[in-house]
Formats: sequence, structure tokens, C-alpha cells
Amino acid sequence: MSVKLNTRQVGDVSVVDVAGRITLGEGSSALRDTLRGMVGKGQKKILLNLGEVSYIDSSGIGELVSGFTTVTNSGGELKLLNLNKRVKDLLQITKLYTVFDVHEDEAGAIRSFT
Amino acid sequence: MTLATAVIYSDDSLWPRVLAVLSMRENKRHGSETLERYLDSTLESADSAEELALSAAERAGFGDEDLMKIGMAVRESMVNAVVHGNRYSEHKKVRFSVAHNTERFTVRIADEGEGFDFENLPDPLAPENLLRTSGRGIFLIRSFMDEFQIRHSETGGTEVTLIKYMVSK
Repeated sequence: MSVKLNTRQVGDVSVVDVAGRITLGEGSSALRDTLRGMVGKGQKKILLNLGEVSYIDSSGIGELVSGFTTVTNSGGELKLLNLNKRVKDLLQITKLYTVFDVHEDEAGAIRSFT
Repeated sequence: MTLATAVIYSDDSLWPRVLAVLSMRENKRHGSETLERYLDSTLESADSAEELALSAAERAGFGDEDLMKIGMAVRESMVNAVVHGNRYSEHKKVRFSVAHNTERFTVRIADEGEGFDFENLPDPLAPENLLRTSGRGIFLIRSFMDEFQIRHSETGGTEVTLIKYMVSK
């Protein structure tokens, strides 16, 4: 399996459940298309649930950064939820952990949006 | 010691095209192994190389944490060779080899591209580069392996050597 993206709405927050591999090719382009589509529809509050992500490479990290920048530049907020150890370690190594607003609890993450 | 060489041909061409040349030497008595393949310039080759490296690393006795690091370093190196080196050319191959002995696990990946200026890569951790969407591959490889060497190969492309010590320092 490459990547599976499922979008749901919780109040005014769009939650994207991501499962599988975010690697160069199908995985990273699917994430990019989804996020750009959401921004295009005017969605400003986006929560990426990465709990079921099994693998992410440098291209996938680049897509997270790209998504963050795209959403922020459109006046919105993109936050991350449920990082597993692998993803968390990668974001820490690359010093991106403090760039993103990272949450471990969905309800708390939803409430944190302004 | 056993020595085996296999040449795999495509079955969809009049003139068989060599898809991969596999040379494998095993010396179980000394716990060493060498494997070499010539891979197509496709992203699927990154999957294949990662699987081959992980299988060899598992046989060499690495644990889950090191397997993750080795697998990712190999994937990043292969992606560089396929995308930036050979630029997906169907006429160019990526030479991939894995070898290990009792001291070190070594992966070599060489492309047939134009080469690049690896002396002046931007630091992905610099504040001005943190939000760049690319440029983290080689940094991650360096982070995950005990040694990383990069050089211009004799054929004009780029060759990287990834080394993991059998007993991490």
C-alpha cells in the first residue's frame, strides 16, 4: 500500500487521516493534491493525523513542509496529530518538530485552533 | 565459499536486455556476503534496493532501529541516483552493491549521471533553509549511517558509500 487519505470534518476543522507510506511518487503527490485541494476550497483549519503512517522519507517531509507553508500563506493553520516514533524522530532530527504544532490528543488539537 | 552469478533477461524484447546482473558471494563461515545489481532508473528500483539491503542487514544481525536507518539511507541514496543522477533515463543504470563482514555493513550506489557539486550543499538545519521543501536527503543519510562517502565515479556519475558498523560505536 502506498498512502491512504481520508478527510472528515470535526466542527470547522478538517481532519485528514493519513495511513501508509509518504514517499516520493504516489504517496507524496497524493498528500500534496489533498492539501492543495482543501486550501483551494477555502478550508483554513487542517489537522493531519499521521498515526497510521508507516514510513516517511525526505520527500514526504518536504510535502509536510510544503503543506504547512501553503496553508499558512493562505491565512490558515495546519497542525499535526499522533506522530509515531519514526515520524517524531525524523522531525526532531530535521529541527522541524518545533516548526509544527504537534498534538497527541485529537480533542485537544481541535480545541487549539483559533 | 560459493560463487554464483545470475543474469536476468527481460521477456518482452527480441534482443534480451540485461535487467540485472547479480553476483553473490557468500562465506557463511566468516559471516560475510557480497551482492551486486544493476538496477533500472525507476522509483521501483529504490524499493528493490531497500528490500535487498534490509534482507542483507537482517541476515547480518542488525536490530529494528538500525534496520530502519539503513533502509532509509539506502532509499534516499537510490532516489538521488534515479532522480537527480540518471534523471529516470531508461538508458542508464544504477549500480547497487551490499557487502558485509564481521566489522562493517557497506552499501555502494553509483549512478551514470552528470554529477553534482556535493561540496556546497546547503545546510538543511540553517534557519533560512528549515522551510525548504527539499535538500534533506543527504543530511538524513549522514545522520543514519556511521560513515558516508561521496565521490565522482570513474564513469562520470556520482558514487556514494554507506557504512554501518556491525557493533555501533
